[in-house]
Amino acid sequence: MDDLLSEFLTETNENIAVLDVELVRLEQNPNDPSLLSNIFRLVHTIKGTCGFLGLPRLEAVAHASENVLGRFRDGELNVSPYAVTLILESLDAIKSILLVLEKTEAEPAGNDEDLINRLNALAEGREAPAAAAPVAAAPPPPPPAPEPVPEPVAPPPAPVVAAPSVPAATTTREVAPVAEAAPPAPAPAATQAPPPPPPAAGGGDGGESSLANQTIRVNVDLLENLMTMVSELVLTRNQLLQILRSQKESEFAVPLQRLNHVTSELQEGVMKTRMQPIGNAWAKLPRLVRDLAHELHKKIDLQMLGAETELDRQVLELIKDPLTHMVRNSADHGLELPAERVAKGKSETGRVTLNAFHEGGHIIIEISDDGKGLAIEAIKRKILQNGLATEAELASMSDQQIQQFIFKAGFSTAAKVTSVSGRGVGMDVVKTNIEKIGGTIELKSVEGRGTTFTIKIPLTLAIVSALVVECGGERFAIPQISVIELVRAANDSEHKIERINGTPVLRLRNRLLPLVSLERLLKLGDGDQDNRETFIVVAQVGNYTFGIIVDRVFDTEEIVVKPVAPILRHIELFSGNTILGDGSVIMILDPNGIASFSGEIAGGVHDTAAAAAEEKQAARKDDRMALLLFRAGDGAPKAVPLSLVARLEDIDLNQVEASNGQPVVQYRGKLMPLVPIDPSWQVQRDKRQPVLVFADGDRSMGLVVDEIIDIVEDRLQVELGTERAGFMGSAIIADKATDVIDAGFYLTQAFRDWFGNATDRFEDERLHKVLLVDDSPFFRNLLTPLLTVSGYDVTAVQSADEALGLCESGEDFDVIVSDIEMPGMSGLEFAQAVRGNSRWQNVPLVALSSHATPRDLDRGRQAGFTDYVAKFDRDALLFTLQQTISETKGAA
Amino acid sequence: MSTNLPAKRTASTEVAVVKNEDFVTMTIADQVFGIPVLQVQDVLGPQRITRIPLAPPEVAGSLNLRGRIVTAIDVRLRLGLPPRAADKPGMSIVVDHKGELYSLMVDSVGEVLSLTSDDFERQPSTMDARWREVSTGIYRLRENLLVVLDVSRLLNFANTEAA
Repeated sequence: MDDLLSEFLTETNENIAVLDVELVRLEQNPNDPSLLSNIFRLVHTIKGTCGFLGLPRLEAVAHASENVLGRFRDGELNVSPYAVTLILESLDAIKSILLVLEKTEAEPAGNDEDLINRLNALAEGREAPAAAAPVAAAPPPPPPAPEPVPEPVAPPPAPVVAAPSVPAATTTREVAPVAEAAPPAPAPAATQAPPPPPPAAGGGDGGESSLANQTIRVNVDLLENLMTMVSELVLTRNQLLQILRSQKESEFAVPLQRLNHVTSELQEGVMKTRMQPIGNAWAKLPRLVRDLAHELHKKIDLQMLGAETELDRQVLELIKDPLTHMVRNSADHGLELPAERVAKGKSETGRVTLNAFHEGGHIIIEISDDGKGLAIEAIKRKILQNGLATEAELASMSDQQIQQFIFKAGFSTAAKVTSVSGRGVGMDVVKTNIEKIGGTIELKSVEGRGTTFTIKIPLTLAIVSALVVECGGERFAIPQISVIELVRAANDSEHKIERINGTPVLRLRNRLLPLVSLERLLKLGDGDQDNRETFIVVAQVGNYTFGIIVDRVFDTEEIVVKPVAPILRHIELFSGNTILGDGSVIMILDPNGIASFSGEIAGGVHDTAAAAAEEKQAARKDDRMALLLFRAGDGAPKAVPLSLVARLEDIDLNQVEASNGQPVVQYRGKLMPLVPIDPSWQVQRDKRQPVLVFADGDRSMGLVVDEIIDIVEDRLQVELGTERAGFMGSAIIADKATDVIDAGFYLTQAFRDWFGNATDRFEDERLHKVLLVDDSPFFRNLLTPLLTVSGYDVTAVQSADEALGLCESGEDFDVIVSDIEMPGMSGLEFAQAVRGNSRWQNVPLVALSSHATPRDLDRGRQAGFTDYVAKFDRDALLFTLQQTISETKGAA
Repeated sequence: MSTNLPAKRTASTEVAVVKNEDFVTMTIADQVFGIPVLQVQDVLGPQRITRIPLAPPEVAGSLNLRGRIVTAIDVRLRLGLPPRAADKPGMSIVVDHKGELYSLMVDSVGEVLSLTSDDFERQPSTMDARWREVSTGIYRLRENLLVVLDVSRLLNFANTEAA
């Protein structure tokens, strides 16, 4: 028998056995959603598989009962005993078909129209206690069932539990007379082999598939025990061999040799019981995709890479269904029809790629397609439709966040429910299943270009080949998979470790390789290893390559990764531990952990899971901005937004002159006043001092500081306001309390006439009036001086409502600058309000937002914004304001 | 009537409580400790222990016990005592805690004692807070006092630290 078919039979029989029990439970607890969704999923699986194996009769029955279950799940239909009986009946019908299928490898001819009609009638809400009525009443049944089926189903209440065999018999019997009516079914088969009355009837429960007996299910604990015992045996064998080696002549030599071999084989065998190549789970897919392509009239090329990657059996079982669903989804929803593809300039044949590989203690499975990607708009509509989020919430979400909604229950963007997919059974189940085994699933989709799902599963039980190294007198294992090469480094050899400011690096084939000292990382020993001969393990995590300095390298060994004790799980540098051949315990290093400890976030450099997570994070922390940290005077470090600073200079204090009692320095052919932050600052000769140069037009001002510490990207949230002149307040930056300085204050210190003077540069006498709408006091404080300095008359308000209030009270502005993300009325709504119906409908509106993708731009334009500027981009803002104002003036 | 019944029952359970429980005894710095015998899986002599870098100081390392990896805890450090002198080998008691094996390193392991709850008492309130945290009470023995160790609390330190 076809492998596929036999597997299907085993699986379906199991599923049906589960369903029998679950349905009865459902009848007792009709309101248990998890029960219901489990039942739904099982029936869905049966239906799906039938479809691909070309079993139309089974599929039809399963589809009809799935319809009913779908209505239950959506709460549109109540779970009634009648309904449950009907579904049980359809299960029995499926069972009897399966039985024939097992014998003849073909579906018995026949037709379950009556049953299907009744199921459909039920799904459409025309529940009827008597079976006869609905069939007659059903309008759509194309060929009306010749004889409405009488009784056994009708009595609704009792015999559900005992049901299986009775209705089974009934269904099969009733099938026979209908057989001729079956339209395209293989007619000869029908007459030749009229579905045999189920032997089940005779043999009691013997209807059990005999196939099921070819495999047995073994408790995983038992396998685990076996495994432990075998490991023990291996260790004993190793000890014996060790003893044997020390004895020249021994009568034990031959039997021990045999023991050796048997043990090895036993070990391999036991391991095999747990490990399977992932290709096993994929075996069904080519067929599935082929049929799918046929059904959907698409051309699909399925590529499978890394099929030999081994996976723990239990894990494999759990990801099998999710994988099938995902491939199905990719083919069904992801790929376009050939014509559409050609129109988009893609090749006619769509590609679905499955890729499995090990990466740093994890197994990564990627399912990608080059189809149309996730349609953001469609997802949004669906979100709104299902009430999962409000429009305002959506507006503030990034594309990634919106895409995540496909993992919510009951979510499917497919316009219609096909027999293939699109019942929303997919992604939420996928996600739950993967998370159950401690994995993660990430999604990356570009509209028009395709979608990639990345599943990351911990390698808890997988066997890996590991390199054993020594460092600080301890041995460690490094998964071979992330090791690229080994380099010996000594002062007298070709390669030697060089240091930049204490940071070790290695020249390797004309590239500098960053090095990590394992000894230092693990806080082993004294770290004084400069002159010793060392080895460098060149490791790769994602695209990041780095070297790990170790003392010695032993050989590689096959190890079974065991999780570390719970009290040690927080140490990220270890992915597990294991027992080596000599019986000692050894920690397994996690290259990912080392990479992130060494400063390089592994995910940041490659574009899979971590990057997506990072983007998400970036989108969430939209207030992040580059800040210049420096020290000046006493107290906390100080910070100023980097965007305000034009240049950093190091000024020779000997060149400082005094002009009008103020220190100045010649800078780029002009005099630049110097303003110290520390009021007690004195010009000290023969020293140099860092200066932050603020420039505006042809003027510049130097802010004298003591030391420039760093430039950090951080979320700036001024937590404590202050009355001190020149300071905006304190914020936590880079984990330290930091004073945020008010640049505007120092600007006026340098040029008391700064503001007045600035206006001269405008030909217009009148100051242009700018209305600034932003909920963040920080940005109001930041932008008000900035805009004032640039010659605008700025009015700042903290909400759209307040702004509209100004409109009503008769204020006029030349331009309005508004934030997008604001509590209450968002910037988009504000723009609509302004454009819709107010005195301001012709006032140019500039949006200020941290999201500045083309899509955001479009959205802003649609809402009525004239222009869109990324927050923190000071030059762009000034330029845009100038542009906008001159344009409107030109137009007026 | 129905109110009397429970009262009787509590009385009878109290009687039942006065029964023997078996403890594996051990000594650390001349103090006798006990662990309920049912929790003890094994008693080991000196073992080869793999150090675990970056682990909490009380974690001495891990060792291989018949193919299972056992995390060794130095009870001396856990109790705030100085480490054992290098020349004294010490012994270990292996306990099972939530499916994981831990080896409690002590100075020496003694006999199994069957103790009656008559001799049981709560820890004196003046006892060191660290000791009180990891013990459930004291048994008065004829010669000396036995401190009953609570394994789960003894192993709880890393969880709180990690959190």
